[in-house]
Amino acid sequence: MVPFSPATATLAGLPARIPFLLIPLAGLAVFAWIIRRRLEPLLRAAPDPRRGQTGARLRLVLKIWLAQWRHPRYLLAGVLHIILFFGFLVLGARSTQLVFLGFIDGFTLPGFGHAYDVVKDYAATATFAAVAILAVRRAAFRPARYAVPADMGKDHTPEALLILGMILTLLLSESLFEGSLLAATGGAASPLTLAWAFRHALASTPAPALGHLNLAAYAIHDLTFFLFLCFLPLGKHFHVITSLFNVFWMRVETGNVKPVRHGVGDAQLDEVKSFGVKKFEDFTWKHMLDFYSCADCGRCTDRCPANFVKRPLSPRFISIKARDYAFAHYPLLGEAVEGKPLVGSIFSEDEIWSCTTCGACEEECPLGIEYLDKIVDLRRGMVDEGLVPQSMQKPLGALEKRGNPWGKLEKKRADWAADAGVAVKQVDAGDTAPTLYFVDSISSYDDRMQKIAQASARILAKAEVDFVVLGKEEKDSGHDVRRFGEEMLFQSLKDHNTEGIRASQATRIVTNDPHALNALKHDYPGIPPVQHMSELIAAGLESGKLRMRAPADGRTYTYHDPCYLGRHNGVYDPPRQALDAIPGLKRVEMEGNCRDRSFCCGGGGLMLFYEPHEEQRMGVVRVEMARKAGADVIVTACPYCLTNIEDAIKVAGLEGKMEAIDLCELVDGHLEND
Amino acid sequence: MEILVCVKRVPDAAENEIAVEGGALRGDDLVYSVNEWDNYAVEEAIQIVEREGGSVTVVTVGDGESEEVLRREMAMGANQGLLLSDPAFAGADGLGLATVLAAAVRRGAYDLVLTGAQADDGAAQVGGMLAAILDWPFASLVNSIEAQGGLLRVGREIEGGAQEVSEIDLPCVLSIQTGINEPRYVGLRGIRKVASVELPVLDAAALGVAPAPARVRRIDYFVPPAGAGADMLTGSTAELAGQLVELLKAKGGLK
Repeated sequence: MVPFSPATATLAGLPARIPFLLIPLAGLAVFAWIIRRRLEPLLRAAPDPRRGQTGARLRLVLKIWLAQWRHPRYLLAGVLHIILFFGFLVLGARSTQLVFLGFIDGFTLPGFGHAYDVVKDYAATATFAAVAILAVRRAAFRPARYAVPADMGKDHTPEALLILGMILTLLLSESLFEGSLLAATGGAASPLTLAWAFRHALASTPAPALGHLNLAAYAIHDLTFFLFLCFLPLGKHFHVITSLFNVFWMRVETGNVKPVRHGVGDAQLDEVKSFGVKKFEDFTWKHMLDFYSCADCGRCTDRCPANFVKRPLSPRFISIKARDYAFAHYPLLGEAVEGKPLVGSIFSEDEIWSCTTCGACEEECPLGIEYLDKIVDLRRGMVDEGLVPQSMQKPLGALEKRGNPWGKLEKKRADWAADAGVAVKQVDAGDTAPTLYFVDSISSYDDRMQKIAQASARILAKAEVDFVVLGKEEKDSGHDVRRFGEEMLFQSLKDHNTEGIRASQATRIVTNDPHALNALKHDYPGIPPVQHMSELIAAGLESGKLRMRAPADGRTYTYHDPCYLGRHNGVYDPPRQALDAIPGLKRVEMEGNCRDRSFCCGGGGLMLFYEPHEEQRMGVVRVEMARKAGADVIVTACPYCLTNIEDAIKVAGLEGKMEAIDLCELVDGHLEND
Repeated sequence: MEILVCVKRVPDAAENEIAVEGGALRGDDLVYSVNEWDNYAVEEAIQIVEREGGSVTVVTVGDGESEEVLRREMAMGANQGLLLSDPAFAGADGLGLATVLAAAVRRGAYDLVLTGAQADDGAAQVGGMLAAILDWPFASLVNSIEAQGGLLRVGREIEGGAQEVSEIDLPCVLSIQTGINEPRYVGLRGIRKVASVELPVLDAAALGVAPAPARVRRIDYFVPPAGAGADMLTGSTAELAGQLVELLKAKGGLK
C-alpha cells in the first residue's frame, strides 16, 4: 500500500493536487508561447519545401538522431552524449508520469511496468554519472573547442553549467522521490542505483519525515521540469527539442546547391527581384531551424580548414551569430524589429568568401546543420550587390567572355591533345562518341595540369574507350562560379555546355576533375551519367582491360581525398583500389585526416584567385599531415588539389623531398602495354 | 550633383593574346571590355551621387558595339547612357574626341565630368583637352574626391608616395586614377536588367559638331623583339630572397 502520494497530500491546508495541476498548465502555456514566438521568423522565411524522400529522411532520423551515428567521432564527448541522449529518452517518460502523479493518484503510463522501472533507475544513475563528468569537463578542463573569441559574443559555459545543474536536480529529485517511497514501503530498489542509495540511506527515517521528503522531491522535480522545458528554447539547448525535426529535414543529397529560390525554375530567374541572402528573412525556414538547433559543440569549426589556418571563418559562429540575431530581433515580448543587412553587420565579406565549400563542417555536425547552401546564398546576395573582391572580378569577367578564368583563347582549349600521344576526337570537328571526356578549364589550359588531361586520354585509349572531347565548344563547368554566388553566369555556362554534351551524342561522361564531376552530376539536369576517372580506372582493373606493371620505386605513397570526390560524392575506394593495384606499392593513410575527414588543400575554382587573410596555407598543413604519416608522395585525383599541394611543397621547403602527383598520371605511368 | 562620365570600349588587355598584323592589332579573337580606369570613374561618380544626390550619365563615342559598355556601366549604377555615334567620328584623334565630347557636355547641365586617367589603347589626352575646350578647370590622376559646397577637394599621389590635395572649382573635369575605390562587380544579371533600356544616340548633326580630320595618325604598331636575357638568380630560397632584396634596394624599389 502506498503510504503517501503528491496527489493526496495537503500543502498549507490545501490539496497539493491543485498546485501540481497548475504548475504543468502554467509551464505548458509559457512553453507554447515561447515556441510560437520562436516560430515567428520561420513563418517569414524563404520557402523550402523539403517534401518527399520520406524513406531517406526516416533512415537519417534512425541513424543520425536515434543511433547518434556521428557522436563517437569525438569519442569521450560523443559517448557521454549518447548516455545523456538515451537517458533523456527513457526518463522523459518517467517525468511525464510524474507530472500526472501530481493530480492522479497511482498514475502509470500504459505499458510501463516493473521492467521500465528497473531500466529508468539505471538510466537515471548512468545519466547522473555522465552529467557529472560533463560538468567537470566543462568547468575544469574547458576543451578549446568551446572557447568563444572576444568578437563572437559571450562564453556559453555558464549556460551549459546551469543546464547540467538542472538535469542533476531532476535526476536527484526523481531518485529521492522513488527512494523515499521505497524506504516507506520497504520495497526493493534496483541495486547500485541512485534510488537504491536513497532508499538505504533513508531506511530508518520515520514515515512522516519520509512523506515530507517525498513531497518536497516531487515539488522540486515538477518545478525544475517545467523550468527546464521553458529554458530550452532560450539558448543552445533548444536542440533537445528541435533535433528530431532538424535531422528529419536535413540535407539528403550531397554535392548539390539549393536553387536561388525554391519553386522558381532556372528559366524564370530573371523574375526574381533579389538574389541570395541579404537580410535574415532571406534564409529559408530550415536554415533558421539550423540556427536554433546548433548545440555549440564546436565540431564544425574544429574540422574547418579555413578556421584552422586562421581565416576569419568559424562555421559554429555562423550559426550562433545568426541565432543571437534571431533572438534579438524576434524577442519573446514585443514586436519583431527589422535588422541591418547581415553582411557588414553580423557577418563580414571576408568571412563569407573564406569558405572553400569543402563540406567538412556538414560531415561532422551531429544535428545535420547545413552550411554550404547558406554560404552560397550569402555570396549570391553579395554578388547581387556588387560586393565581389577585385581579385575575383577579373576571372569572373574572363569566364563570361572566354569561358575560362584566365581569359585564354577558346580555340586553344584542346591544344593539350596534340601532345597526348593518342588520337583525341573533338565535337567541334564534327566527331561523336559514346563517351564524352569533359576536361574543364584547368586541365585544358594550365601547363602542368594538361599532363593530367594527356594521361587521362591515354588511359581511356588503353581501356578501349571510344571517347570525344568538346574542344572549343567546352566552357568552364561553372562549378565554382555557382558556389561563389554568380548564379546567372553559371546558368549561361551550363546552358552552353549542355548543348555541346547533347551534340556529342555521348551516353556517359568521364572527367578527371572532381569539381566538373560534381557540377555535371548535381547542377546539370538531364545529361548522361558522369564518372570520375578513378572510377573508370577501378572498373578497368576489375574487368582486366587495364593491367599494372611493377612500380619503379620503393617510395611511400599516401592518397589525399579531394573534397568534391570524397565527401561530396562518396568516391573513396576506387582511387585506393587503383593505387593498390600497382604491384608492391607501399601506401599509408593520413589516419584521422583521410576519407570523410580529409583536410582541404586550399580550394579550387575561383578560390585560386581569392586573396584570403590567413596565417598559413591549407596546402602546407596538408603536406605536413602527409609527411607525419611517413609519405614521400602525395597522390591526389583533382587538378586543384595538385596545384595547391605542389605549391605547398615548395612553400614548406620540401621540394625534392616530397612530391605530388595525380592518380591519372601515376596510373598512366604503370599501365602494361599490349 | 549631375555627373557625366566618359567611358571607352577597348580590347581587353587581360583577356587577349595580342597578335599584331600589318601595323594593327589583329581583330579576330579579340574580346572587348570597359577601359579599366573608366570603371573607377563610374564607381566614384555613383558613390558621390549616393552621398550628395544627383545623377550619373555615362557617355561614349563609338559605333553600335559601344552600346555594351554603356549598358555595363548602367548595370553598375549609372542612371543614363548616351551614345555619340557618327561615321564622321571614326578615326578621330584625341582632339577630335574631346571636341565631340565637349558638344555633349554643353547640351547637358553637368556639374562634373569624369574620365579615366587614360585608356588601355589611348594616350591620356582627352580629359585635359575636353577641359580646355570647355574652359573648365582640370585635375588629373585624381585618387580622392570630397565635395565641399561649391568646391571639390581632390587628391593626387605624387612620385614617392606623397599625397597632394587641391581645391577645384565646379564645374570641372577630373581624370580618375585606379585605386580611388573598389569598383563594384557587374554580373550578367545586372546587365540583363538594363538590356532593354532605351539609349539615346546623338550624331554629328544633333551635336552640331564636325570634328576636324585627325592631325595625329598612327603609322606603325608592333611587338618589340624580346631583349637580351634576364638576370637569373641562383642559390637557396633564403639566398635568393636576400639577393632580391639587395637588387630592389639598389634599383630604388625598397628604402
